[in-house]
Amino acid sequence: MKVSYYPGCSLESTASDYNASIQALTGMLGIELSEVEDWNCCGSTSAHSLSPELSLVLSARNVVRAEAAGRDLIVPCSLCFNRLKTAEKALRQGTVSEYNFSGSIQVRDILEFFSSSEVLDRFVDMINKPLRGLKALCYYGCQGNRPPQIIGRTDCENPMDMDRLVEACGATAVDWPFKTDCCGASHAVARQDVVYELVGRLFDRAVAQGADCFVVSCQMCQANLDMYQEKISQARGQKYQIPVFYFTELMGLALGHPDVSKWLSRHFVDPSPLLNQLELL
Amino acid sequence: METSEPVIKEIDLSFLNEVENESQIKVSACFQCRKCSNGCPMTFAMDYHPYQVVRFVNLGLKERLIDSKTIWLCSSCHTCVTRCPNEIDIPKLMDYLKGKVSTGAGQAAEKNVELFHREFLKSVKAHGRVFEGGLMRGYMIRSGQMWQPRKVMDNALLGLKMFKKGRLKLTPTRIKGLNKVQKMFQRHWQ
Ligand code: SF4
Ligand code: SF4
Repeated sequence: MKVSYYPGCSLESTASDYNASIQALTGMLGIELSEVEDWNCCGSTSAHSLSPELSLVLSARNVVRAEAAGRDLIVPCSLCFNRLKTAEKALRQGTVSEYNFSGSIQVRDILEFFSSSEVLDRFVDMINKPLRGLKALCYYGCQGNRPPQIIGRTDCENPMDMDRLVEACGATAVDWPFKTDCCGASHAVARQDVVYELVGRLFDRAVAQGADCFVVSCQMCQANLDMYQEKISQARGQKYQIPVFYFTELMGLALGHPDVSKWLSRHFVDPSPLLNQLELL
Repeated sequence: METSEPVIKEIDLSFLNEVENESQIKVSACFQCRKCSNGCPMTFAMDYHPYQVVRFVNLGLKERLIDSKTIWLCSSCHTCVTRCPNEIDIPKLMDYLKGKVSTGAGQAAEKNVELFHREFLKSVKAHGRVFEGGLMRGYMIRSGQMWQPRKVMDNALLGLKMFKKGRLKLTPTRIKGLNKVQKMFQRHWQ
């Protein structure tokens, strides 16, 4: 199986752990990832906030390059995915005059790709270390699911892809009502207080549900929940200690990939006490 | 917003038409059910709720919107448009209104949010990909936080920890097609 890959800017820096786990996992599953040649930033929230037209052309350049490579485009960052999918739709409608697009490929969210039966079936056959005893909250965030007019999903109020993946790993996916709530990603720098409140609510709920950890598929969510957890604890007078895994890290763990500890060592909230206690490391 | 001035002064009767024509969003379809606002995660920080933003456009209360924090605080989570029975694209409307402010209709009520977006785009324009280190430096200097020792310390500590954990990139990546990207900026950014 061959696909194109658009890592996005954060996977070269803050989310290098996510990138490493994706590369390792696709290697094990026999999926060939080829990075879109000379890709550029999608412009993120900043471009669509100040110039929707700029956002569209920045994203479209990447989609068109992926089509030239002739393979579906897999995107890990939910924000990039949302922008690239929006551009794909506009290209299909012929509203981006700068580019020609015949529509032969699709932009796909990495979580949807990994939980499709073509990948999931391969994965399940290879599991050698089921994650028994781990109680996980699947946190999808907003950009991978909404709006349905663009993303084309019918389950955006209660997505289940990650729940199915986590269960396939042998862990328990705890049901909860905040699956697709927003972490405030784009405000992490300019209005930290807002992010603290939004993420604080998620932490309180996680504690109330008795979950061990969060599982995410977006590096913005990961950064907000993991890197700021200590600060948010202080701000709210709490002692949260809730590891935040990428779903690919849990998959790697279930396959017994040798680099899992290396990926996890980049987290701010150390997951090893939890995993040791459950004898999963 | 209550003042002794009669409200009527604020009304711009052409505003609804202007918004609908320029943005292609059918704002007048709103019947004020407030479903958008019940699910909006940001209302706790907003000065007007999303249904009020839509209402103000319909009423022609342009200045209130130009001066509002709400348009900058919307996080584009798309909960509202997903649930709106009339599929009114509120985040797109918020972007449209932000665009009005940043192209000269007023001053952003959330100055730092706008500044962050500008610094982000500057970085993309310079390299073709965003360079987080340079972005943060530019933001700190231009927001005046460079002169607040606590802020600087907080950021330095976070940066150091990120660096130790291999989560900080020290040099930007410049793409080969930078020319093309810069042309996009010339055409579509101010
Ligand atoms: S959900 Fe739609 S129709 Fe209802 S108040 Fe909001 S914008 Fe208006
Ligand atoms: S897109 Fe903006 S207005 Fe709509 S629910 Fe999200 S934060 Fe609120």
